[in-house]
Amino acid sequence: MLDLLKEPWPWYVSGPIIGISIPILLIIGNKMLGISSSLRHTCAAVAPFNIQFLKYNWKSEMWNMFFVAGIFLGGFVGGVLLNNGEAVKISEATITDIQGMGIQSFEGLIPADIFNWNTLFSLKGILIMVLGGTMIGFGSRYAGGCTSGHAIMGISSLQWPSLVAVIFFFIGGLLMTHIIAPFIYQL
Amino acid sequence: MKNIKFLLVGVLFGTVLTKTEAVSWFRIQEMFRFQSFHMYGIIGSAIAVGMLSIWIIKKFKIKALNGEEIEIADKQFSKGQIIGGTIFGMGWALSGACPGPLYALLGAGYGPILVVIISALFGTWLYSYLKPKLPH
Repeated sequence: MLDLLKEPWPWYVSGPIIGISIPILLIIGNKMLGISSSLRHTCAAVAPFNIQFLKYNWKSEMWNMFFVAGIFLGGFVGGVLLNNGEAVKISEATITDIQGMGIQSFEGLIPADIFNWNTLFSLKGILIMVLGGTMIGFGSRYAGGCTSGHAIMGISSLQWPSLVAVIFFFIGGLLMTHIIAPFIYQL
Repeated sequence: MKNIKFLLVGVLFGTVLTKTEAVSWFRIQEMFRFQSFHMYGIIGSAIAVGMLSIWIIKKFKIKALNGEEIEIADKQFSKGQIIGGTIFGMGWALSGACPGPLYALLGAGYGPILVVIISALFGTWLYSYLKPKLPH
């Protein structure tokens, strides 16, 4: 059983579990699934600086902080305790494309030749980690949600603004992957 | 403590995201190149189950455990979904992770991801600061 759990979980197992977290959160606490809000609550708690958008009772949103703390712990369960030590089995075509971006490390969940402390002190590392992260935070709040709040919760509850957001998530993602990122990763 | 139940749902959520490799930079590359069904299968089946669950909750007027009516707030449309959505998508593809996976990757022991999380906090703060000047 443990060996089976250590294998990568297929989409038809993981997708439905992710989906079922929607009614679980609604029923146990009347809460809507959303993860990027935790970034706003952290800003509101740590650096509100009299900014209107950060002046609200973030303490009443503590459930969300517990939820993301759980995701952090889940990363430990899935990534350490249930780690089978094998590389992610992506398609051959993707491997070829990624090698073309200059990446040689295929171990683990993210490439070690990009995500390490030394790369951080290069233009490439700053763009990928710092600029990328800033865009994730800025864009998700501007859009009113990220993959969880819009793609999963929003579309599940038939909210058309969420569908619009997800379409533009993909437009941005395709633009980056095919046009801009090749230059950044080659730096 | 009343919030522990949310922590437990988070643990399940984070474990699933990690074991199905949705947190993997490699899988995000594959997804944006349309070279595998994997990520689309995850997102698609999650939405299908979510949609069915919400339909059942509404149809049978299922209440929350504390007796409240279940409320699903409407998302308001703004230009943010277009402009912010595009910026978010670019960041997602550049760093290879969205917010949930960032927390899970840190938990899985990928230390430099902390830089991406701090940057995402900065991005959120920057949006909050600039919000009055941005088109909505």
